[in-house]
Amino acid sequence: MTNHRLIIGIAKSLLLARWRQSLVAAIGVTFSITMFITLLGFMNGLNDMLDSLVLNRTPHIRLYKDIKPNPDQPIDLSDVYQNDYNFIQSLKSSGGRADIYNSGAIMQAIRSDDRVVGYAPRVSSPVLYNSGVVNLNGVVNGIDVSAETTLFSFSDYVTSGIATDLKNVPNSILLGKGVADKLQAELGEIIWVTTSKGEQQPLKVVGYFQSGIQDYDKVQSYTSVATAQKLMGKSNSYITDIQVKLKDINMAPPLAKEYAQVFQTDAEDIQTANSQFETGSSIRSLISYVVGITLLIVAGFGIYNILNMMIYEKMDSIAILKATGFSGADVKRIFLSIAISIGLFGGGLGLVFGFLLSLLIDQVPFNTAALPTITTYPVNYDLVYYMIGIAFSIVTTYFAGYFPARKASKVDPVVIIRGK
Amino acid sequence: MSHTVLQARDICKNFHDPVTIQVLKNINFSIDSSEFVSVIGKSGCGKSTLLYILSTMDTDFEGELLIDGESMRNRKEGDLAKIRNEKIGFVFQFHYLLNEFTVLKNVMLPGLKLGKLSDEAVEHQAMERLKILGIEDLALKMAHQISGGEKQRVAIARALINDPLIIMGDEPTGNLDKKNSEIVFDIFKELAEVYHQTLLIVTHDQSFAQKTHRIIEMEDGQIISGH
Repeated sequence: MTNHRLIIGIAKSLLLARWRQSLVAAIGVTFSITMFITLLGFMNGLNDMLDSLVLNRTPHIRLYKDIKPNPDQPIDLSDVYQNDYNFIQSLKSSGGRADIYNSGAIMQAIRSDDRVVGYAPRVSSPVLYNSGVVNLNGVVNGIDVSAETTLFSFSDYVTSGIATDLKNVPNSILLGKGVADKLQAELGEIIWVTTSKGEQQPLKVVGYFQSGIQDYDKVQSYTSVATAQKLMGKSNSYITDIQVKLKDINMAPPLAKEYAQVFQTDAEDIQTANSQFETGSSIRSLISYVVGITLLIVAGFGIYNILNMMIYEKMDSIAILKATGFSGADVKRIFLSIAISIGLFGGGLGLVFGFLLSLLIDQVPFNTAALPTITTYPVNYDLVYYMIGIAFSIVTTYFAGYFPARKASKVDPVVIIRGK
Repeated sequence: MSHTVLQARDICKNFHDPVTIQVLKNINFSIDSSEFVSVIGKSGCGKSTLLYILSTMDTDFEGELLIDGESMRNRKEGDLAKIRNEKIGFVFQFHYLLNEFTVLKNVMLPGLKLGKLSDEAVEHQAMERLKILGIEDLALKMAHQISGGEKQRVAIARALINDPLIIMGDEPTGNLDKKNSEIVFDIFKELAEVYHQTLLIVTHDQSFAQKTHRIIEMEDGQIISGH
């Protein structure tokens, strides 16, 4: 296409003949794309961090045995009252067992389900921590450290000690930072744990963990599944929770229902458990998009102005191009090419500067007691934001160029030439 | 062998703003190939208006216009642009060179737009045209660096690049001093006599018109002599 090349060539000459003006227009785009990328990267970095505070640690589906009245009451089974509506008063919860019935078979079934990434069993029990004269309420969770680490990044939150010691050191415990502070329990020290049934067990402190949610750290502690079972005097099939991580988080609600029915247990999905977090994330993203797009629109007006000025300046050139055989569409293409070149150049530079600025923000120290794993401001470098950035810059400059270009294409050469 | 290059049949044009005025009344004439025709008349007699209709740039008229035997009525803007590119060369009172380009590139642009030849061939042709006009040494200068007379010669070279059927001029010597006017006229004459180029030049310069082969005289929107 020689025509195409010719039009690009003319656009290039017009652009370069006025390179200062063109540069100013491009810098406008660069600035907005830089801010757009930085803002989105930073916002989403924060989002990811806040999400990970809860969502990464929360199982997509949690299977457990709830304490509630038995839904199958004897009177419903009776033939005599089959067609009646039965009212039962003073119904109490049937709380015989807190563990999941037939947990071994359930875990096997979940393991072979290909919608599932993995699962981690858990044994939870309310306890009292004793050290010296201090007695504290708390909850001990018996966990499978390696499964929890791969699925729910457990080891990230262990601030002192090594998470895998739970597995390697017999009768060990990882204390929440809040618990440890209250007990003044040093690493390597032995504390006593008393269960609700009155059994006592000495456990060695192998580390602290800090989840970022203080109320949680003041009560929780972790030990291995086997230690927890031993503590409670239960067999090795005693599991109170099964935490499941799915390949697709959006599958959680239907799958939770399915599991509840198939396994005859209670199941809670992450969306129901933590709906407020998603709302927060999406609103933060929305705000950054709105600010970014506003910046781009402002840059778009800059381009619009500069192209409009250029067209007034170039009326003669447009007239002679049309007189010598360039059609209105050709003229329009010339000016659109100019606009899009400004967009591409400015946008491309914006991506580079946005990336550099993100790198800079990534180096700024950010220390907070609540977030032990974070030392600098979090930044998200997702390629998607860069794609959106360059796409927006092209789209905005296209529209900013479209109206001036259309005006140029409608210039009547006779009016210009006769006007001289 | 001469044939009809351009033919006007009953061309009328009205201006509607602010009141309807008929500026062209039943214009009928034709131009054969190799003719060197001038259109003269007083200011406001409609000669320029007629030229722009003949050039296909003004499409708002009544009557029939044939270029190279083809009707120009009801054509799309893009088609007309193509016809202008291929068949008509323009020289205006003002040179209308693009300042962003060199002299050579200015001459080449309509040829590149036509796209029949490779870029190198168009460049070669452009150099040929510049040589005919004696300004080949200006080829690589920027358009704004040369004098007014030279600019007008470059504009003529640009009009010639696609070997047009006809060259149309609207007061091509109007802005030039006597010496440059003569140079431009001599170029037109040479084009007509040596290269058998068809020319239609609108002018109000009597002495210029006298030297052409045929004079069409206009008054009040009508041709009064030289049909």
